[in-house]
Amino acid sequence: MKVISTIGDYFIFLGHVFRKPEKHYMYYRQTMKEIISLGVNSIGIVMVISVFMGAVITLQTAYNTDNPIYPRYLIGLGCRDSIILEFSSTVIALILAGKVGSHIASEIGTMRVSEQIDALEIMGVNTASYLIMPKIVATVIFNPLLTLMSIIVGILGGWLAGVTTGVVSSQDFIYGIQFAFIPYYITYSLIKTVVFAFIISSVSAYQGFNTGDGALEVGKASTRAVVYSCVMILLFNLILTQLLLS
Amino acid sequence: MIRVVNVNKQLGGKNVLDNVSINFEAGKTNIVIGRSGSGKTVLLKAIVGLHGIDSGEIWYDRVRFDRLDFRQKKGIRKEMGMLFQGSALFDSISVEENVMFKLNMFTNMSTAEKRKRVDFCLDHVNIKDAHRMLPSELSGGMRKRVAIARAIALNPRYLFCDEPNSGLDPLTAILIDQLIKDITTEFKMTTIVNTHDMNSVMEIGEKVVFISGGRKYWEGANNEILKSDCKPLNDFIFAGEMAKLLKDQSSSTSS
Repeated sequence: MKVISTIGDYFIFLGHVFRKPEKHYMYYRQTMKEIISLGVNSIGIVMVISVFMGAVITLQTAYNTDNPIYPRYLIGLGCRDSIILEFSSTVIALILAGKVGSHIASEIGTMRVSEQIDALEIMGVNTASYLIMPKIVATVIFNPLLTLMSIIVGILGGWLAGVTTGVVSSQDFIYGIQFAFIPYYITYSLIKTVVFAFIISSVSAYQGFNTGDGALEVGKASTRAVVYSCVMILLFNLILTQLLLS
Repeated sequence: MIRVVNVNKQLGGKNVLDNVSINFEAGKTNIVIGRSGSGKTVLLKAIVGLHGIDSGEIWYDRVRFDRLDFRQKKGIRKEMGMLFQGSALFDSISVEENVMFKLNMFTNMSTAEKRKRVDFCLDHVNIKDAHRMLPSELSGGMRKRVAIARAIALNPRYLFCDEPNSGLDPLTAILIDQLIKDITTEFKMTTIVNTHDMNSVMEIGEKVVFISGGRKYWEGANNEILKSDCKPLNDFIFAGEMAKLLKDQSSSTSS
């Protein structure tokens, strides 16, 4: 029963978030700030994870296909498809749920506890919309760019690991990443990223916005934001894969 | 004038406001006193619409505020300024941006006009050369003053202060009290101050209301408060040793 009531409450909350902005310029400025805070500041971690992810996928594929009947270029192909289809969208989304989700929940939770949200409300500002819509817009716009960067850097990491360890030649790897390429996979990956970005920002903001009193509650809201975002990402990953690839 | 009529509010099954009726006088500094947990903050938050009420009425002049929806409330809220217990300054932006926030959000003033208004408000609260500072770089007293400057940025008709002196030394507390009083007079605002500081009551309270356990027990002018025969009020006022001593001295002098 509580789950149904929470889901209903979440959708009512979204209704408040997507109301007409009071002043477009203020929302635009806020969105630009959030793009830097939630997007640009995540480039580093996404790049680091992607390069190692690509490297490990290449090595694992190489060691598991160490048989003369498999052509070596399959290593490049496997690395490319794994990264595009799953790692750069889903795994990066799970990482961002930890980084961005906890950031959003703790920021809004702290504003709630320190009465900053009340102060905005007294001024006549639609707090849900002013504080949260720019975060959702920023992540929905910027996360696909992060995914594209992750794909490129992941494949580069795979190439680097493959060539430096000698499990695949540069030529075979490059042939592999060009072989039987389906551009729709990129679209699929980006659609998933947009949905995941919305889940991360809205679920985390909802948790932060409904934080109880006290610092302990901010920590709990932050934890809930990460856990619920991750569960929702995994659930929607399954649904979207069935819908988009079947 | 702000009128609270037969307001009731329960939180967690407990009556936190019990049939409270008060007329807060226009253009005056109205003070609500009571112990911690007596319902002062809930009352103030109910008046400004941050808490809903279970029954009763809240009137701003001729407008019944508690019946308005979010959009209708917006009109009255633009005329409100509030000073929170912890100041509630937006900690990610500078002092200047805090004071300018309402101007950015609700006016079409030019940047030069907004800067001029910010300077005027900050001058009024005696804050100088702190425009670029972040709230975390300010002392408690300065934060309160910046919060007052932010509250008056749009010339509000109503000012609400929740425990404006909490956490301040006695001298700074007197300065904040005086600032609230001066601003109320200068801008002809209706001000409601929640406090349990008797110095504030005697310094600036033009109308004083005492509540305890969510009920209103007494109201009157600050010069009548020491002569009151309301037992809960006397227990509250004369709880400290110094107050008891003063009361004994005063009664022995008068006899």
